[in-house]
Amino acid sequence: MEQTYAIELHNITKRFGSVTANEKVDLEVKKGEILCLLGENGSGKTTLMNMISGIYYPDEGMIKVDGREVRIRSPKDSFDLGIGMVHQHFKLVDILTAAENIILGLPGKQILNMKQVNKEILELAVKYGFEIDPKKKIYQMSVSEKQTVEIIKLLYRGARILILDEPTAVLTPQEADRLFEVLKNMKKDGCSIILITHKLHEVLSVSDRVSILRKGLYIDTVKTSEATVESLTEMMVGAKVELNIDRPEPVNPVKRLELKNVTCKDINEVVTLDHADLTVYGGEILGIAGISGGGQKELLEAIAGLQPVSEGSITFYPEENQSKEIANLDVADIRALGVRLAFVPEDRLGMGLVGSMDMTDNIMLRSYQRGKSNFLDRKTPGELAQKIKDQLEIVTPSISAPVGQMSGGNVQKVLVGREIAQKPKVLMVAYPTRGIDINSSYAIYNLLNEQKKKGVAVICVIEDLDVLLELCDRIAVLCGGQITGVLDGRTAKKDEVGVLMTKHEKGGVSHE
Amino acid sequence: MNKEPMFHMSKRESITLGKRIMIYVAAILLALIVCAAVIVGLVHMNPLGVYKAIFDGALGSSRRIWITIRDTLVLLCIAVGLAPAFKMRFWNIGAEGQVLIGGVVSAACMIYLSDKVPNVVLILLMLAGSAIGGLIWGLIPTFFKAHWNTNETLFTLMMNYVAMQVVTFCICFWENPKGSNSVGIINQATQAGWLPSVAGNAYFWNVVIVTILTVAMFIYLKYSKQGYEVAVVGESDSTARYAGINVSKVMLRTMAISGAICGIAGFILVSGSAHTISTSTANGRGFTAIIVAWMAKFNTFIMILIAFGLVFMEKGATQIASQYGLNENASSIMLGIILFFLLGAEFFINYKIERNRK
Amino acid sequence: MGTIIIFIQKAIVQGMGILFGAEGEILTEKSGNLNLGIPGIMYMGGIAGLMGAFFYEKGTENPNAFVGMLISLICAFLCAMLGGLIYSILTITLRANQNVTGLALTTFGTGFGNFFGGSISKLAGGVGQISVSTTASAYQAKIPGLSKIPVIGSIFFSYGFLTYVALLLAILLSFFLFRTRNGLNLRAVGENPGTADAAGINVSKYKYLATCIGAGIAGLGGLYFVMEYSGGTWTDNGFGDRGWLAVALVIFAMWKPINAIWGSILFGALYILYLYIPGLGRSTQEIFKALPYVVTIIVLVFISFRKKKEDQPPEGLGQAYFREER
Repeated sequence: MEQTYAIELHNITKRFGSVTANEKVDLEVKKGEILCLLGENGSGKTTLMNMISGIYYPDEGMIKVDGREVRIRSPKDSFDLGIGMVHQHFKLVDILTAAENIILGLPGKQILNMKQVNKEILELAVKYGFEIDPKKKIYQMSVSEKQTVEIIKLLYRGARILILDEPTAVLTPQEADRLFEVLKNMKKDGCSIILITHKLHEVLSVSDRVSILRKGLYIDTVKTSEATVESLTEMMVGAKVELNIDRPEPVNPVKRLELKNVTCKDINEVVTLDHADLTVYGGEILGIAGISGGGQKELLEAIAGLQPVSEGSITFYPEENQSKEIANLDVADIRALGVRLAFVPEDRLGMGLVGSMDMTDNIMLRSYQRGKSNFLDRKTPGELAQKIKDQLEIVTPSISAPVGQMSGGNVQKVLVGREIAQKPKVLMVAYPTRGIDINSSYAIYNLLNEQKKKGVAVICVIEDLDVLLELCDRIAVLCGGQITGVLDGRTAKKDEVGVLMTKHEKGGVSHE
Repeated sequence: MNKEPMFHMSKRESITLGKRIMIYVAAILLALIVCAAVIVGLVHMNPLGVYKAIFDGALGSSRRIWITIRDTLVLLCIAVGLAPAFKMRFWNIGAEGQVLIGGVVSAACMIYLSDKVPNVVLILLMLAGSAIGGLIWGLIPTFFKAHWNTNETLFTLMMNYVAMQVVTFCICFWENPKGSNSVGIINQATQAGWLPSVAGNAYFWNVVIVTILTVAMFIYLKYSKQGYEVAVVGESDSTARYAGINVSKVMLRTMAISGAICGIAGFILVSGSAHTISTSTANGRGFTAIIVAWMAKFNTFIMILIAFGLVFMEKGATQIASQYGLNENASSIMLGIILFFLLGAEFFINYKIERNRK
Repeated sequence: MGTIIIFIQKAIVQGMGILFGAEGEILTEKSGNLNLGIPGIMYMGGIAGLMGAFFYEKGTENPNAFVGMLISLICAFLCAMLGGLIYSILTITLRANQNVTGLALTTFGTGFGNFFGGSISKLAGGVGQISVSTTASAYQAKIPGLSKIPVIGSIFFSYGFLTYVALLLAILLSFFLFRTRNGLNLRAVGENPGTADAAGINVSKYKYLATCIGAGIAGLGGLYFVMEYSGGTWTDNGFGDRGWLAVALVIFAMWKPINAIWGSILFGALYILYLYIPGLGRSTQEIFKALPYVVTIIVLVFISFRKKKEDQPPEGLGQAYFREER
C-alpha cells in the first residue's frame, strides 16, 4: 500500500513583488517522523512554513493533508487541519497562567473548570515527558518553560503536525536535549514534526530526514542516516558563486579597536555575547558571520555604546601608543571623547533614521549638536544631503521628502552616506545590503571599499556568505554569542565558515 | 471558503494637502448638518437662522469679537504649551491642573504683594511665579515617568483634581466678601496686578503674550536643537539613544516647558481677564486644548485656526441658547459633535478604503 | 457611636455611584480601551434615566413607582451605552486616539446632561423644577424589616436597591473576568491583542461589547446620583468630579472589581471625612477632599515602583489594535 503523507507540498511558489521567496518547492512529511528543514538565513524556510500555517497563501502549487488537497487561507484553517506552529516569538499573555494561555480562545463551557484543565495538561505532559506547572504565570517562566507552554498549547488543541521554528536558538544544551526527548515521544505517538534549524549536530541527532532549501529553491531531501556534516553543509551553502566584488589589498593596517572578554546580557540576564575577543584594524574590512541571533547585533551595539557590557573591555586606539576605553559609555560620551565611530544599524527606520523626517533632518541626526548655537544649522546638512543624494544617486523627489517613503535601497544609501560623511575611524555596518537590489548593493560595497582605502576600520555583519568571502579581508564567525573562529577572507572556504557558524562548543578554534 | 470582505483598507503613504483639507471640510460640514438637525429638533428654528445666530454670538459686536479673541487666546496658549509634550508622545492630560496652579500663584501675588511692590514688578513676578507653579505641577508626574515609567496619562489626570483642591484651599483664605465662598474681583479698586489696557484695549497684553509664545514655540519646535530632540524622542526611544540623546533629560526639560506655558495661561486668565480665581477658572479648557493640540498635529499656527473655530462655535451656541432660553450647555453638545466628526475624519486621512476586486 | 454609624452610611452612599463608574471602566479597560469619557457617560446615564421617568410620570395619571423605575433604568443604560458606542466606533473602527476621543466624549456627555437637565422643564412646557418623586421612591425604598435592626440594619440594610446591585455587579464582574471563558478571552484582548487574535478571538467584537456594556454600567452610576442620592432631581454639575473619582478608583483598585468595593467606600469616606473630624478649619477640610486623588497617585507610583505584574494596567491599554496588513 502506498504510504500517505501527513502533509505534502507540491510545486509551491511564493513571490513578494519582484522577489521570489520560494520557487517550486516540494516537501513531504510522513506520519510519525521528524523532518528537519535546513537552510541559511533568507533561504525561504519561514516563508514556506508560514504558508502551511495560514499566514501567507501560495501563488502556485498544491498542499495536501492526509492525502487530501486543502486550501489554507487563515491560521484558523491551518488549526482545523491539525497543524500548529511554534514561532520564534512566543504568542503568550504574560500575566496569565500556562493553563489559561493554553485554553485561550477555545470554545467550551462558559464557566471555567481550571482543575479539570490543569489535570488534562498534566496528563499530556506525562504522556510526552514535558515538565510543566499549569498554574505558573508566563512572566515567571524561563524561555524553555514558555516554549513548553507553546507546544502543549498546540497538542491540547489536537495538532498532529507541529512546526517548530528554530526552537533551540533560545535554549541551553540541556534544555535542548530535553526538548528532543519530548519530540521523539511525540513522534512515537504518530505526530509529524517539522523542525527548522541551522544546527547540524541537532539535525543529525534527532531527525529522520532532512530537506534543504537554498535561496528559495528546494535542493533535496535526504535520509539523516545517510548524511554527514560535510554533505549537509555543502547542500546548504552550495557551490561558490562568483560575484566579482572588488577587494583591494589592505594598506598598512593599524590596530584601531580591541575587544577583550566582552560579555553582554539581555534584560532576562541571558548571555548574548560570551567573552568575545576581537581585534579590528584600520584599512581592512572585517566581516562578521553567524546565524541570526548569534550575538552580531550585541557585538556592534556594545561597541557603539548602545548595549551595556557586563564584563570585559573595548579599547579604541586613535594613534599608536594612545588608547581610550569606551566600554559602557553611551553614544554622547563616546562622541565627547573624540572617537569617530559610525554605525549603520540593522533596524534602519527604527533606530538609524526617523522615517517621518526628511533627508536633511536625518542627515543631522548624529551631528545636530555641533556648534554653540541653540538653533539648528540646516544649511550644512542640507548641502550634505544634496551631495549624498547626487553622489549615491538616491531616488527621491527631493531632499525634503520623508525618508520613510523611499525604497529600501535608497533608505540604506541615506544611512550609509550619513555615517560615512562623519569621516569615521571605525565604520560598523549591520546587514548593509539586506533587502536591497543588486545595483544598490554593489554601490554600497564600493562605498565600503573606499572607506577601507582611506584607512577606516570597517566592520560588517553580512549574512550572504558569498559576499562575505569576496568583500572581507578577515572574517570573524560568531555562534551562540561566542567567536568560534577568525578566518582569512582570501583563503577561507564557504563550508569552513558554515561549520564555524554552527559549532556550538566552548573554545572555538582560532585560525589567526 | 471564507467570504472576502467587500472593502479593505490600507495605510496611505502620503496625502496631498488639498485632499487633507477636503476631508476636514467635509467632516465639519457633516458636523454642522448634524448640529443644525439637533438644534432644529430642539427649538424648531430655521437652520439658516441657527448659523446666523452662531455668527452673531461669536462676532456680532466688537465686544463679542473681543471676548471670542480673548477665549481663543487662552485656549491657544494652553495648546501651545501642550504641543512639545505631545510631540514627544508624552500624554500630558494635566493642563487643567497646571493652568489652575499658575492661576493660584498669580492670584496669591496679587493679593499679598500688591501693596509691597510696584505694579510692573508685581506683574512680572506673577508671570514668573505662575510659570514656575505650572512647571512644578508638570514635573512631578514626569519625574516618576522618567525614573519608574509611571503611567503619565493617569498621573497627570489625577494632578488636575489635586490642583482644584489647592484652589479651594486658597479660596478659604482669600474669600471676599467673607462667607461668599468665592474670591471676588481681586484689587478691583487699584487694579494692581491686572494686565493694563493699552489704547483702551483690555486684552492687548493677552494678544502680545500669546502671540509671542505661539511664534516662539513654532520656532522652538522647528528650528532649535532642543525641539529637534523632542521630535526624535517622540519618534523612537532607540533612535534617540542612537543619536546620543539623554531621553530622561529631554523628557524633564520638555515637560518643564510645557507645564510653564500652561502656568502662564493661568496667569493670563487671572491677570488678563477674570481677575479672580475659582475652580472653574480653567473651565475644562485644559482638556479642550488637548484636542486642539492633537488635531493641529503640533503645528502652533494651525492651532490658531482650530482654537478659533472651537471658541467660535461655543460662543455661537451660547448665543442660540440664550436667544431661545435654552441653557448654555448646548455649546458643549455642539462642541462634542464637531470633535467627534473631526476625530473620525483623521481615519480617512491616514487610511484609504478600496473596494475589493473580484 | 451614632456618629460613626452615620459616617459609615454616608461613606457608602457617596461610594456607590463611584463604584458603578469604576465597574464600567474596569470592564472597558480590561479590553484595552482607556475610556476617559466615563464622567460624560455618567451624566448621560443620569439625565436619560431622569427624563425617562419624568415623561412617564407626566404622561400617566397614576404613575407606578416600579414601572417608572424600570423605564429609567433602561433609559439610563441605553443612553450611556450610546456614549460607549460613539467611543467604540471612533477608537476601534476609525482608530482615533483614545485619550482625545474620551475627553471629547466627556465634554459632550457633561454638556448633554446639563443641557437637558437645565432645559427639560422648558421643553416640557414650563413645569418648574422637575422632580420624579414617584420613581425616586422606588430607588430610595429600604428593605422593610431588616433596616430596622439596630446598628446592623443601619449599616447594611438602609440603602436603596441600586446599592446592592452595585455590590452584586462587582462580584459578578469579578467572577466573569476571572472565572469564565469569555472573561479570560477579554483579559487576553486587553493584555495582548495580537496573541488573542492569533488564538482565534475576535478582538474588535470583545472591545466593542466590553466598552458599550461598561459604559452602560457606568451610566447606572449617574442614575444612582440622580435617583437615590438626589431623590429624583437634577442639579447642574451635580456629580462634581465623581466621574474622575471613578477613573481614579480603577487605578486604586488595581483593576480588580472586588477591590473597587472597599475602595469605593474608602473614597466615599475620604470625600466626607472632613465633616466628621471636629475642629477642622474650612481650609483643612479642602485639603482632606484632595485625599482620594493623592491616595490614587501614591498607588499609581507604588505599582510602577514595585513592578508586580498582576497590579499593572492592562498591557495593551490605550493602544489601538490593527492586525498586520498582509
